[in-house]
Amino acid sequence: MKERLEAIKEQTLKAIEGSKTLEELNDIRVSVLGKKGSVTEVLKGMKDLSSEERPKVGQFVNETRAKLEEALSGRKTDIERNLREKRLAKEIIDVTLPAKKVKAGHPHPNSIALKEVERIFIGMGYEVAEGPEVEYDYYNFEALNIPANHPAKDEQDTFYINNDILLRTQTSSVQIHVMEGGHVPIRMIAPGRVFRSDEVDATHSPCFHQIEGLVVDKGITMSDLKGTLTAFAKEMFGEDIKTKFRPHHFPFTEPSAEMDVSCFKCGGKGCRFCKGEGWIEILGCGMVHPHVFEMCGIDPDEYTGFAFGVGLERIALLKYEIDDMRLLYENDVRFLSQF
Amino acid sequence: MKTSSSWIKAYVPDLDVSAKEYADAMTMSGTKVETTEIFDETLENIVIGKILKIDKHPDADKLVICKVDVGDEELQIVTGAQNVFEGAVVPVVKVGGRVAGNHHDGKIEGGMKIKKGKLRGVESFGMMCSIGELGSDSNMFPDADEDGIYILPEDAKVGEDAVEYLGLHDYVTEYEITSNRVDCYSVIGIAREAAATFRKPFCPPAIIKTGNDEKASDYIEVDVQDSELCPRFTARVVKNIKIAPSPAWMQQRLRSVGIRPINNLVDITNYVMEEYGQPMHAYDWDTVAGHKIIVKRANDNEKFVTLDGKERELDHDMLMICDGEKPIGIAGIMGGENSMITDDVKTVLFEAACFDGTNVRLSSKRLGMRTDASGKFEKGLDPNTAIVAVNRACELVEALGAGEVVGGVVDVYPVKKEGLTIPFEPDKYNELLGTDISADQMIKYFEAVDLKYDKDKNEIFVPSWRQDVKCMNDLAEEVARFYGYDKIPETLPGGAGEGRLSRKLRIEEIASDTAESFGFSHCMCYSFESPKVFDRLLLPEDAAERKTVEISNPLGEDFSIMRTIPLNGMLTSLANNYNHRNKEAYLYEIANIYLPKALPLTELPDERTQLTLGMYGGEDFFYMKAVAERFFEKIGIKNGITYDPSCERPYLHPGRKANILINGELAGYIGEVHPEVLDTYEIGERAVICVIDLPVIVDKASFDRKYTAFAKFPSVLRDISLVVPAAVLNGGIEEIIVKKGGKYLENVELFDIYEGEQIKEGYKSMAYTLSFRASDRTLEDADVSPLMDKIIEGLKTLGIELRS
Repeated sequence: MKERLEAIKEQTLKAIEGSKTLEELNDIRVSVLGKKGSVTEVLKGMKDLSSEERPKVGQFVNETRAKLEEALSGRKTDIERNLREKRLAKEIIDVTLPAKKVKAGHPHPNSIALKEVERIFIGMGYEVAEGPEVEYDYYNFEALNIPANHPAKDEQDTFYINNDILLRTQTSSVQIHVMEGGHVPIRMIAPGRVFRSDEVDATHSPCFHQIEGLVVDKGITMSDLKGTLTAFAKEMFGEDIKTKFRPHHFPFTEPSAEMDVSCFKCGGKGCRFCKGEGWIEILGCGMVHPHVFEMCGIDPDEYTGFAFGVGLERIALLKYEIDDMRLLYENDVRFLSQF
Repeated sequence: MKTSSSWIKAYVPDLDVSAKEYADAMTMSGTKVETTEIFDETLENIVIGKILKIDKHPDADKLVICKVDVGDEELQIVTGAQNVFEGAVVPVVKVGGRVAGNHHDGKIEGGMKIKKGKLRGVESFGMMCSIGELGSDSNMFPDADEDGIYILPEDAKVGEDAVEYLGLHDYVTEYEITSNRVDCYSVIGIAREAAATFRKPFCPPAIIKTGNDEKASDYIEVDVQDSELCPRFTARVVKNIKIAPSPAWMQQRLRSVGIRPINNLVDITNYVMEEYGQPMHAYDWDTVAGHKIIVKRANDNEKFVTLDGKERELDHDMLMICDGEKPIGIAGIMGGENSMITDDVKTVLFEAACFDGTNVRLSSKRLGMRTDASGKFEKGLDPNTAIVAVNRACELVEALGAGEVVGGVVDVYPVKKEGLTIPFEPDKYNELLGTDISADQMIKYFEAVDLKYDKDKNEIFVPSWRQDVKCMNDLAEEVARFYGYDKIPETLPGGAGEGRLSRKLRIEEIASDTAESFGFSHCMCYSFESPKVFDRLLLPEDAAERKTVEISNPLGEDFSIMRTIPLNGMLTSLANNYNHRNKEAYLYEIANIYLPKALPLTELPDERTQLTLGMYGGEDFFYMKAVAERFFEKIGIKNGITYDPSCERPYLHPGRKANILINGELAGYIGEVHPEVLDTYEIGERAVICVIDLPVIVDKASFDRKYTAFAKFPSVLRDISLVVPAAVLNGGIEEIIVKKGGKYLENVELFDIYEGEQIKEGYKSMAYTLSFRASDRTLEDADVSPLMDKIIEGLKTLGIELRS
């Protein structure tokens, strides 16, 4: 009996090894281990064995069966692997074929620059405020220390609706709205559209965007202004950027300054991009003028503050090396899709 | 404003810096240098020579051979110039030297190197120069021949540096002067800043007393009738005028700042105007009727002929200078033809006055004439400068021997303008600046620009010409700019704010993200447009959109009204893309429209931010609808959105348009653009737009999100196929299904719509899958069947039948 089993095992193992397909393998399993299989047949003869021999033979049968099942499953895995490999070999694709065209919208260069500015200042604890674009003369000029007939009013080439109402020429008007609200301390930026009667050309647009900034608190200093705007410039244009503050004049700040950043193209050596200067003018800023505080009902002896104004288009043009401002308002998808 | 280095050095003699150092330091102390032009940058090895002999060129009719003495040698130079003669003194550039340019092209970048040459076989060692080759022109050097060699005056010494002789070892600096620094529109003002910047002594001219024993008041009477517009009028008289060219030093200084020398008299007035920033005017005293000056307002519609020979129409807000009979000048702007100085003038009346800056500015604007004088006056001059200037002019008259100065001044100055005093508060300056500068150092900064410190009163005296210094902050700025803005430390403000976007801006950001995720790119359009857009958009005459905020001084009709509808910008942008042959364009804008609350405008208009989407070249109405619904979903608006096709939107396709309503409130509109509008904009494809009015949305938006557990019990699905009258809309069907379906109805989905064969005329077939589910048990037929009956019953009211 043992010999028969041994012979079946040897024969079956050989057959398993020689099998090529899953079907063949299944046939072997049925013919050996199935209900009418050869091992099962042998088992039927167990009843004729003595009670001493029976456990020994039983163990041997189980061992044989286990061996065969192991061999069957091992072979099955091999055949399956083989089949998968063949299938994969047929499934090779040309990975250099073009990607699927998925519609993708693009932000406007202005809005990328704006988001960046907002991100930086929100991170420094600034709220983002807005104000009206059609504005009272008072907020755009008078409250900013630019009284009637001030030459600065002429300089800004204002669009008027009537004597009292105009299109704001600067987002500085939002400073007044925010300060009038009376909630000091203040840390805010106010992005928005402004208007000046400049004819459309490569460097001018009658409609453009500014971002105003205002900080009011006890003990705010000009060194805070410098530190804040330098931190902004480094975030915006790169860690290696240097800033230069030059004295300037704005009616609503005193002292006032213009901030230059070292040319991000040449690093300050001087190139065509910065017109050989090594520096690029970025923004105007200064300490809030005490008259402006007074007009907004804030005590200038108690509070100080700084304000700044950045031209959004200026930043976008510089950062993305756009050489014609008109492109920003023509909305050609060949332009927009580059951002 | 321009100054030359040599002119500045006349008042700051110790100044010894390069042009670059000068420009950098002046900019950093607040006098921003725009440009620097170095006259001798490309002038090398140019000396004064004398032509000893001229011979004909053997082989060329148009050339001559000159023997030129240049001091240390005699050179043979061949020239084609026609104006040379033996004995002529000329500038000569030697071999190896450089000139600024050539005769034809003017200045050349880097100049032009002079080499030994051979002209038609004759050797030439150098070149005699024209004024153009020296980098200037005959306008600035009136004695120079425009086409030929510059023949120098005979006093020019042979062998010496010709560039030095012509005053061209110099550079001119152009500044951007801010409107508050009126005092810096003068050489004296800039020189004071330069002295303070470089910590050198400042030596302004000390004006000596001038005049004979006579009295100016015997020559002229001045009557100022409007002292508000003319706070000061000073007059002096010079007789026995001898018109002649002014001396070389004065000509050189005028030239260096771009003023053409004319004659001694004109040059003196120009010189003083540059030096002190005070415009002067000279009248021919003999033509001043009654020897009387009256300063008064003009009459409306009065006519007057100015110096330039043009007739001007005046009005009552313009100030005139008149003599005993008639007007002779427009105050601060231009003199009259009738009192013009001629070469025969014998006695001159000098005027140095102060006129109201605003009035001059507005008058010159109305007249459309901006002169050098008006440009200075309109900044608002210090009346105290007038007397200095008129005395300086008389001093120069004497120094130049241009005439005999009559003693005394006629000075009408009813209200003297005083300087002011400001408390000296060094701690406050340091507190504002974030610095630690000593009080002594601050006083040094102040005194360098003539802001005097009074120790006893602990005050700073601000002279009247520093109109910009009025309060503590102004003095802090003086400290800052001389201490150096660059030396102020950099710190960050203490405390913390709450950084955030407003709710509105947050929703705008979501609108952007949604639009971009659907393939739309952000565009920006102008806020103003032409009133013609309403016709282009087929809006009727009485459309509300035609009530606009109008700009009173627009750039033209095309930019004259604030937009009340965002479509023109969008369609123009689409058209622009179509015109550039872009296959498709998907654009969105988030910007304001401006709706007047009442006209004429008495209060600010309602500014409404709108999300506008527009596209052509691919997707259809329902794609656009998906964008809108995705946006609503992202801001938490999920229910109550309905579409009303019966809206009045003449610019949209009559069969493919809808108002978007949220709980019955108008929130926007969507549709295909009307073909006629497409034609007008020259868009050759179907275009779809969608406008969402954000103010309506902002209140309805919600950022709350709550998780709902997955259903535990299976749903029951029922398909129904309906025969629907063609005019019935899906929206109406869904509404009935939802209403009748009750709480177990979970979802309704249209899966087929069909019109044509097998369906009777005027009907369409629509098929829906309805899904029912209960949260607490498995629904059975008995639950769902009555609901289905109700739904079918309900649909019958719309004339809908079940398809058999």
